[in-house]
Amino acid sequence: MAKSIQDKPTLSERAGDVAQQTADTVQGSQAWNSIFRPGSVFRKGYTDSPRNRSYVIMNSVLYHLHPVKVKRHAVKVSYTLCLGGLSFFLFILLTITGIFLMFFYRPTAAAAWDDIATLQTGVAFGLLVRNMHRWGAHLMVLSVFLHMARVFYHGAYKPPREFNWVIGVLLLQFTLLLSFTGYLLPWDQLALWAVAVGTNMMGYTPVFGNEVRFVLLGGSVIGRETLLRWYVLHVLLLPFVTVIFLAVHFWRVRKDGGISGPL
Amino acid sequence: MTEIPEHLRKRASEAKKKAESADAPAPADSGGGSAAESKIPAHLLERSKSAKTKDGDTATAVAATGGGAAVAAAAATGDVPVMSGPQGHTQRLLTVVKSGSIQDIKMKPQDKVHTWPHLIVVEFGAALFCTAFLTIFSIFVNAPLLELANVNQTPNPSKAPWYFMGLQELLTLFHPMVAGVTIPGLGLIVLILAPYIDKNPSNRPEDRKFAVSLFTIFLMFWAVLVIIGSFFRGPGFNFIFPWADGLFFEL
Repeated sequence: MAKSIQDKPTLSERAGDVAQQTADTVQGSQAWNSIFRPGSVFRKGYTDSPRNRSYVIMNSVLYHLHPVKVKRHAVKVSYTLCLGGLSFFLFILLTITGIFLMFFYRPTAAAAWDDIATLQTGVAFGLLVRNMHRWGAHLMVLSVFLHMARVFYHGAYKPPREFNWVIGVLLLQFTLLLSFTGYLLPWDQLALWAVAVGTNMMGYTPVFGNEVRFVLLGGSVIGRETLLRWYVLHVLLLPFVTVIFLAVHFWRVRKDGGISGPL
Repeated sequence: MTEIPEHLRKRASEAKKKAESADAPAPADSGGGSAAESKIPAHLLERSKSAKTKDGDTATAVAATGGGAAVAAAAATGDVPVMSGPQGHTQRLLTVVKSGSIQDIKMKPQDKVHTWPHLIVVEFGAALFCTAFLTIFSIFVNAPLLELANVNQTPNPSKAPWYFMGLQELLTLFHPMVAGVTIPGLGLIVLILAPYIDKNPSNRPEDRKFAVSLFTIFLMFWAVLVIIGSFFRGPGFNFIFPWADGLFFEL
């Protein structure tokens, strides 16, 4: 053993040294330090101090949706069941998978179904991503719905949070509309007739029901115009509006004093 | 030393000039003027007075007249520093702010924890779990893709997406106007207005049995309708038992 100490360092030891040196150089560089603001865990020399714990939140564009400190009971999973957060996370997941699907999809009556069929068989991970998008959408409807129930049972809609409840109910409507508009896009029998049943109901709205239905369908029955309109609604207009309402929803959570208190 | 901008210097000199010209008539109404100044608390006047007594000559003047007016007169004649107020004070009390009148001081400290790591770790775990669940589920269960849409061939039964099945189920019971518009419309309006209707300030379940019962009935109403519509309706939208006649449901 004594001999081995005098030996040259083994390959793995040398590799470790080089890796350590590289890490030090990179993390000490000006570029790195200008990208990762003070307190970032990616910075050299993060130590666990109250100051650095605050910096982690303050200096991250994503985390600073949160305040630096939250009520202790708000952290308990048993209180929120993470439902609101998961709804938002699913929204992000659906955006990402949706962008992937957009690369392979044309919203025309002639091409839509074929594109989906090709996506499932001819595109790497196409089937998986489509499945994730569809199941994620159903899951999001469910989680938004359960989030609403959770908020009601905790009485979290009471002052000062009344208005955020109103925004929340609107967000539930947007979630349903997003899911419903996406339902038509595969352009198969399921999509066509599910949407036909849904939009027929809409036609019974007094005064403007038929007019709204006509505008949404681009005609008196579902056709190629409907597909394009619902595609634009699904990938642009509704997500755009939803994001704005989400921003107000999250902002109000903080302005109204964080999530509702312990029961 | 930083340079003072020209316009600020001009404004300051104008203000100084104005203050001096306003000071000049002050000695005329002497004692009466100081009585009007009673908004300044007496102990503060005393303090400024005692500070002035350190200035030798003026000290006797203040002691003799016992009023701020004398100091003002001195200010006008230039005995005290020029940058002083009407009564020769170098500072002035504008207002007394009682605690709690502007700032909301929370008397009870709240039990708080740092968001990092306590909340972020939980959120990360939840997001990871959600992604894993969705990925694994999507590997094993494929999304439906039926044959190409055909306007001339209506499937039997044709069903709305599951979250609208409650409405479609209502259609079997009521006129479309009632089932498709009135009931969901009213439900939505009541739901939106819930916080303005429910005036009960308590959020403890034992204090709000009525609200909790009502909402539970509301949820159960839709859940039962959705389940019946999804699983217990077969061809012609007739009532069936899924274990006897099979499942007519696509997600």
